[in-house]
Formats: sequence, C-alpha cells, structure tokens
Amino acid sequence: MKPIKTLLATAAMLLAAAPALADINIGVSLALTGPGSGLGIPMQNQFKLFPKTIAGEKVNLIILDDATDPGKGATNARRFVSEDKVDLIIGSCITAVAAAMAPVAGEAKTVQMAASPVGLPPGQDGWVFRLPQSNDVMAHAMFGHMKKLGIKTVGFLGYTDAYGELWLKAATAEADKAGIKIVATERFARTDTSVTAQALKLGAANPDAMLIVASGSGAAMPHKAVVERGFKGRIYQTHAAASMDLMRVGGKDVEGAFVVSGPATVGDILPDNHPSKAVSKAFLTQYEKAYGANTANQFAGHAYDAQIILEKAVPMALKKAKPGTPEFRAALKEAFETMGRTVLAHGILNWTADNHWGYTMETGVMLQVKNADWVLAN
Amino acid sequence: MDFSIASILALDGVTNGAVYALLALATVLVFAVTRVIFIPQGEYVAFGALTLALLQQGQVPGTVWFLLVLAGCAAVAEVIEGLQHHQRPARIARRVLGLTAYPVAIALFVAWAAPQKWPLLAQAALTLALVTPFGTLLYRVAYQSLADASVLVLLIVSVGVHFALTGLGLLFFGAEGFRNPSFWDERFNLGPLTFSGQTLIIMLASVALIVALWLFFERSLYGKALRATAVNRLGARLMGISSESAGQLTFTLAAFIGALSGLLIGPTTTVFYDSGFLIGLKGFVAAVFGGLASYPMALLGAIGVGLLESFGSFWASAFKEVIVFGAIVPVLLWRSLRDPHAEEH
Repeated sequence: MKPIKTLLATAAMLLAAAPALADINIGVSLALTGPGSGLGIPMQNQFKLFPKTIAGEKVNLIILDDATDPGKGATNARRFVSEDKVDLIIGSCITAVAAAMAPVAGEAKTVQMAASPVGLPPGQDGWVFRLPQSNDVMAHAMFGHMKKLGIKTVGFLGYTDAYGELWLKAATAEADKAGIKIVATERFARTDTSVTAQALKLGAANPDAMLIVASGSGAAMPHKAVVERGFKGRIYQTHAAASMDLMRVGGKDVEGAFVVSGPATVGDILPDNHPSKAVSKAFLTQYEKAYGANTANQFAGHAYDAQIILEKAVPMALKKAKPGTPEFRAALKEAFETMGRTVLAHGILNWTADNHWGYTMETGVMLQVKNADWVLAN
Repeated sequence: MDFSIASILALDGVTNGAVYALLALATVLVFAVTRVIFIPQGEYVAFGALTLALLQQGQVPGTVWFLLVLAGCAAVAEVIEGLQHHQRPARIARRVLGLTAYPVAIALFVAWAAPQKWPLLAQAALTLALVTPFGTLLYRVAYQSLADASVLVLLIVSVGVHFALTGLGLLFFGAEGFRNPSFWDERFNLGPLTFSGQTLIIMLASVALIVALWLFFERSLYGKALRATAVNRLGARLMGISSESAGQLTFTLAAFIGALSGLLIGPTTTVFYDSGFLIGLKGFVAAVFGGLASYPMALLGAIGVGLLESFGSFWASAFKEVIVFGAIVPVLLWRSLRDPHAEEH
C-alpha cells in the first residue's frame, strides 16, 4: 500500500510542477547579486507586480539570478530553452551578461528582450530586442542640450567597463554632429576610492562641461571629486545616474547637475505634451504604492514596459499559434516587429524587422538637480 | 605635470596609503600569529562604513542580525566540540556564555540605540563596538578547528569566508552605496594643497594606531604572548600560551582595525557592500612587500601602493589597477631571489 501511495504522491507533485502546455512561460535572468544587483533588484520588484494572465492565458515567470556573471547568464538561458521550454527570455540587465545569453536565444529561436543596451554584430541580433534606449538616443538629447547652451568643449570621465566604452562611442559621434570637441578622456573603476588624479587632469584641460559616465550611487563620487577640484563648468550625467541615489550620496555638490533620463521615472514633471506622461505616471504610482516613495528607477521601468509590450504582442501571436510551440515563438518575434509605434513608460518604441533598438529620438529628457529633486532642464 | 599637481597627487596617494597601511598591518598580524592569509580583511571596512551609514539614517544596521546569527553558529560549534570531547555541561555552558554574551549584549544595545540618532562620534564608537566582535566569532566558526591545517587550506577557507561575507553584506546592506558625513569639515590651504579635516584625521588615526600596536607588542603581556605565538606556535603552547585565545585576540584586533579603516574611508568615497575587497587587496599587496612578516616594510609598501595608485591614475587612468597589481610581480621576484624556500605541502 505504502509504495503505491508514495508513487501517486510523487506523480501528483511532478504533474503540479511541470508547467501546463497552454501557459505562457517567460524565463527572466537578472543580476540579483554581484555588482549589478542595484539594477536587477528593482526589476525583480516590478516583476513581482506582473499580471498573472495576459490575453486570457496564464503567465509563468521563472526568475533566476545570474550574479552579474556572463557565464551564469548563458547557463540560465540554456536552462530556459531546454528545460523550461520558455516562449520568451527577458534579461539580463547587464550588457555583458545579455550579450552572453544572445547566442543561446538565437540558437533556440526564442525571443530575448534584453534589459540592457547590448550591442551585437549585425546579423546576430535577429532574436534580440532591447528594452532600454540606445546610448545614441540619450547622447542625442544630451549633446542637443549642450549645443543649446553654447558649450564647445567637453571632458569625459567614465567607467572602464562596457558602459563607459559604449557611451564614449556614442558621445564622440554625437559631439561631432553638434560641433563639440571632447578634449580629454579619463577612466575609473566603480570600486575606486578616489578619482582625484583624473579630476586634476580633466581640470587642466579646462573644458566648458564635464560628462560623467557612471551608474547609481557610484555616480556621486566622481562628481564630488570634480567639484572639489574647483571645476566651475556644467556637469552632465547619464541615464544610469538618474536615480535619487545621486542626491542621497552627492548632497549639495550635485546641485545643478544635468542628467539625461528616460521619461519613465520622471512622471509629473514631464511636459504635458510628452506622449509617455500618462504611462510614466501609471508606472510610478504602481511601483511606489508597493515599495515606497522615490524608490522607482530606470530598470523597474523596463520591467513595466515589458508588460506593455507583451499585452500588445501576445494577442497578435496567439492568433497564429499556441504557446509552448516553435510556431508561437516565431509568431511572437513577428508580432514584435510589426506591432508598430508603442507608447511605453520609457518613450516611443518602434521595433521593425531590421531595427531591434527602436526608440525614437524624442525619448531622452534632460533633467536638472534643484534642491535635491529633479526639475526639467531648460 | 608641475609641482602643484604632483603635490596634490602625493597627498591623495599618502592619504589612501595610510588606510592601506592599517589593512596591511592587520594582514601581517593575522598571518604571523595564525598563518591565515585573511582575504576578508577588507570586508570589515565595508561593514564599518555601512554600519555607520545606516546608524546615521536611524535604521538598525544589518550587522546586528548578522552578529546574532554568527554568535548562534559559534555557540553551536562550541557545544558540538564540547560534546565530542565529553566535557561537563557546566563547562560547555560557561564557554558558550563567554563567547556569545558580549556580541548578543552589544547587538541588543545597538538595536535599541539605533533609532535614537545619537551624535556622530557616539555612533562611530557604537560601530566599532559592533564590528569588533566579528573577529572572535569568525575565528571560532571558520578557523579555530583548522588551526593546525596547512597555509593552503587556511587560504581556501579565507576565500570561502570572503564570498560568504560579501553575499551577506548584500543581503544586509542592499546594493546601493553610502557616503558618511565627515568627522571634521574644516579645510586648510597650504600653497596649492587643500588639506581637508578628514585627511588629517586619517593620517593621525593611522599613526596613532601604529604606535599603539607597537606599544602593545613591546610592553603588554598579551602582546608578548602574540609575538611568541608568531615566532613559534608549538613552543608558545608549551609555555602555556593558548593558541586558541591568541588566534581569537588577533582576529579581534584585525576586525577592530578593519572597522576603524571603514570609518576613516567612509567620508571620502562611496562605500558599497563589496567595496572592501579591492581595498583589502591593496592592503594585502602592501603586506606582501613586507613578506607578510615585517610591519615597517608593510607600512612602506602601503604608502608605495597609495602613491603608485594616484600617479598611475593620472598618467593612464584606464590601466590604474593593472599598474598597482602588476607592481607585485617585481616584488615577488625580488623576495623569491632573496630568500628562496621549499614549497610547503
């Protein structure tokens, strides 16, 4: 009697554990530990608020930690496609990890929504769609603003990693277009305790403005160092620094800083004619109701946008195939490429078959720090 | 580069070097007495700085819970070992009490005191009182039963402890960094140089601690016992010096030095839960200059690392880390040519 009972119980457990075929399974790989966890944890928070059903189909999210490690990310991606048979992969929020996951997604012909601006060689991003804005879009807004203020020379102080490298590329291109010169380039690591030497060297080049490429609370230290060395010009920060941590750690030294941002975290202070205003406010209300005031950031916004995209694309794909099949995965890709102009919390997205970046140039918003809060820069 | 830039760089290098010197001293101390290459030394730096940051915000820092968990682990280890050696329950209970009474008391005290938002100096003292017992408990939990293992085994344990502490640091402090308020906001101008009050405090505290350590080793009985253990463990044990309590005392000192370094460095930079590793590693490089044995050489090495770092980031900021850690290669070459020795197995 007893063995049969055990067998039945085991079978029941296995049945319960195996995802039902009709459900939509989504594999999410995020940096929940390691240096990128400041980006991954807010995304996970937003995914906890994800709807249980989309277009009448049950949605299962499988969230794994990739520990900011490209190898771990690739392993996660492999598990998603071979064991969980997912219809869609989301992640990672770290560029290097997302790049390591991309070949697995392409091989399994499964759509990957990367939550980082991952750059891939042409032809290899067939199944990869990016949720964040490209740095080009952000640099466009930033250098447009510099040009308006009559800035002629810029000093660059950025991370030694891929984020700094991509920004340097985007900034060089946009500066050329705007007739601005990057007169000095200095680098630092996130773990550095002092950037005095770099600030000295940049100060000696005497640029009109300084561009600091860093993320989260790490963006305050270089900013303070530049100010402490007596730099009086304007200081610009990138969208990875667009969180309240900049003011919390930077204090009065970051007053007056210009920060480029996606519209998602800006909400109320967006101009009324900005198309994302309503969505951005909806996102902020939902997130801050769950996690407290001033906690939302850029990356939680990307998770929210993934939901908007799926709510539009899944019904289109469902018309062609059932979830859990290769046909459905192909239909999902096609839906992404043909769904057209979509208003997200982060701007206007328009993915096409040959452009998987897709944000329009109207996306970036220039903010300024005034009295430890954001105002729209003019 | 002119004189003013060079002097600013030198000041910056010496300031950072002073902190590396403290960590290098702790590393040498721990290695000399227990033969443990203590990789997680830098973690105390992050713990110290972040504990103070959370106290500043009136929150109960995660270190409180961490300390209680660790005290629990130490108590369990003590009970198991006592039972294995068939000790009397009263004796086991006394040992458990001796190991956990202070950590539990200070944890509860800080949990009560945290929301009161005491002045900065009182909170700094609280932080030191809270982080220092980590040394004793870590030694008890991770190292004590392996005291006679080879250097390699102890090193492997250190790597494990380092990862465990970093992971728990993320759990208890969160992913974002903090910057502490300065202990002394004054600024002094001296030619092209601007001394901030904090720079002076860092240097004075480092010098004071080095002198205090020297006095401790030269003048006090405990210090002499530690030195004896460092010279010859077996001989010291035959002379009635417990290598267990020597180990615990050393680790406690190391934790105190680490936490103090964290308090010193907290106002000058943003400290993250994992910032300690690289700072500790630079202290370790400095300690290697002294062959993990000589305090004055470690001190010189630390100042050297600090200067190399600041001048390196001026000349080639993208390669700064390579320059600093690459500098260890010629030192290792020189050391291995000067006193070659057989590999330990």
